[in-house]
Amino acid sequence: MGKAIAFLTRTRGRGDGSQRLHWTDWFTYGYLFLGIVLMFGPVVWLVMSSFKTDAELNNFPPRFLPYAQESVVLDGHKKPLPLFTVTEGELAGTQVAQVRRVGIVSQMVKLDAPDEIIKIKVKEREPVEKLALAWENYTDLFKRFNFLQFLWNSTFITIISTLIMLLVNSMAAFALSKYEFRGRTTVLALIIGTLMIPQTVVLVPLFLVVREMGMINSLWGVIIPGAATPTGVFLLRQYMLTIPDEILDAARMDKASEWKIYWRIILPLSAPAIAVLAILAIMWRWNDFLWPLIVLSRTENFTLQLALNSFQGEMQTQWSSLLAMTVLTLLPIAVVFAFLQKYIATGIASTGGK
Amino acid sequence: MANLHLQDIKKAFGSIEVIKGVNLTVNHGEFCVFVGPSGCGKSTLLRMISGLDTVSSGRIMIDDDLVNDVAAADRGLSMVFQSYALYPHMSVRQNLSFGLENLNTPRKLIQQKIGEVAAMLQIEELLDRKPKDLSGGQRQRVAIGRAVVREPRIFLFDEPLSNLDAELRVDMRAEIAQLHKRLGNTMIYVTHDQVEAMTMADKIAVLRAGVVEQFGAPLDLYHYPVNRFVAGFIGSPKMNFLNGQVVSAVRGEVSLAAGRGMALQADSFDLADNAEVVAGIRPNAVSIAELNEADVTVEVHGVERLGGESYLYTRTSDGSSVTVNIQGETSQEIGQTVGLSVDVDKVHLFDRETGISLRRQQA
Repeated sequence: MGKAIAFLTRTRGRGDGSQRLHWTDWFTYGYLFLGIVLMFGPVVWLVMSSFKTDAELNNFPPRFLPYAQESVVLDGHKKPLPLFTVTEGELAGTQVAQVRRVGIVSQMVKLDAPDEIIKIKVKEREPVEKLALAWENYTDLFKRFNFLQFLWNSTFITIISTLIMLLVNSMAAFALSKYEFRGRTTVLALIIGTLMIPQTVVLVPLFLVVREMGMINSLWGVIIPGAATPTGVFLLRQYMLTIPDEILDAARMDKASEWKIYWRIILPLSAPAIAVLAILAIMWRWNDFLWPLIVLSRTENFTLQLALNSFQGEMQTQWSSLLAMTVLTLLPIAVVFAFLQKYIATGIASTGGK
Repeated sequence: MANLHLQDIKKAFGSIEVIKGVNLTVNHGEFCVFVGPSGCGKSTLLRMISGLDTVSSGRIMIDDDLVNDVAAADRGLSMVFQSYALYPHMSVRQNLSFGLENLNTPRKLIQQKIGEVAAMLQIEELLDRKPKDLSGGQRQRVAIGRAVVREPRIFLFDEPLSNLDAELRVDMRAEIAQLHKRLGNTMIYVTHDQVEAMTMADKIAVLRAGVVEQFGAPLDLYHYPVNRFVAGFIGSPKMNFLNGQVVSAVRGEVSLAAGRGMALQADSFDLADNAEVVAGIRPNAVSIAELNEADVTVEVHGVERLGGESYLYTRTSDGSSVTVNIQGETSQEIGQTVGLSVDVDKVHLFDRETGISLRRQQA
């Protein structure tokens, strides 16, 4: 840890032993700081906003931290009343509670005289605010919406689809990298060729196929069509090419079946590439929007991404729920990435060979 | 019992024929070495025997069973690869047990066999390590162990020592020879190193361009090479070749282009008068002689002093190089002209056109 910090805070220095920073240090840190702001700014803003009340979200100009107006419970009033500070007139500086507002005039009561209505112009008062996290944005997701169902749908699709995809892709890659057969190059070219066809072009035919197979409004309708990806086949094939054929020959001499060679030799040895593909697949599936939108139309089948979309109505958008759910949707993928990111670097680096 | 018969084995990749009809018989318990320059097809031949490659034509028989269409695993062979081909993700123990598991050997028996093999090859303390944590020699032992543990009928070795350094190679050579003695199995060993072949083999098959040039015991090949290629390939340093012409077939007189005439034993060779021949003389069949008594006069252009013996690298007047092996030390220096006398009993003669040995077959 200490080493990491020392590494991260290294400076070029002036070279004369003094601790003063060289201009390149300033430049580097400035550049890196800009990068951090660009990358993390939106995410931090999102998290902050997800804790704001609807009123605060509609406030202009927007503020960074989540504020909420204070309120008091007074005798003779059933609901808590919002607190204001009077800014002008003879009452300037005192705190009053608003009972109701009529046009540009609000009816207030003093805290010590809850029955006596005072009329104050809207311009002449300021809300009393404090820092407050609007946790209800999150709790509402569970109370008012079936968040757990959406989470389950997304998780199920992501996990199953990733597993199927790894299995199918690695088997294809094994055949294409380790078996000599007629038309191997053609098959490979065809698979890579499909990379050049945009998803949107095949959308309608794919929909027709899925409908004919009765998979509309089923999670399998999302899982199956994405089971094989040309990128995955190509990535794994390139990696498997680096596994020496002699190891396979040795396994054959050891009376291993071809399946066993695949399962016990090829798969474990391709682990770095498979980890890379797994991370990519998880991200693809989790963030997938267009295809689930087409296949899944009933709310109980919605994935998180579809649920997020449904918050955004034609007339109004429930920003608070939308933001809270966006944060929750980001979390799993961020965790997966944090734990597996080292495999991405090593995996991609080692797909080039030894 | 494990005899191996190859009958007219051919292998073609596309239109290129790499093995052009090989006939061989390796008897039970023999250590047979396939030796030849790179690209001669020796590894291909081994892979065909193993079943990893198919034959284009011909028959492979193991113990009189035709195994052409038998899968590699079912031929009862095991193979040690040039790169060792250990399973990198498995421990040494798993490497050894993998083949036995595939044969559905009971777990207890597997452990027992691994124990025996590990003790024999002295790799017991390595059993839980991964191949990447082993040195080259240790990997080699594990690779051999993996072959031994399955108790095959025939062992196949594909240049197993070529990745080791010179010293280790000599050690492993001795160990493999010992292993062969202990196990008594038939072994087939591929190498391009004729020293390995000479030191280990019961029988050597010298291959060139997909053809077995000669097949026999190491010293037979050394003393009675059937052609110039085998003569040049077997023996280190290489045999010297000097052009000559038969003066008299009856008296066995041959004149060397670079020297005087020699009188050989006429009844050992099939000679014709005035035939163009090549005399093959091993470096230890020549010795330094007085210039006026010398058969050949040469100029020294290289000296190697190894202490116990010395090598002179010399050139004759017509440009043929002659290597001379001298026991002990020598005082010759580069640039000197020296005379050489030839031990006529050890001279080989080859037809200059065909390269075929002119020595008569012994009865």
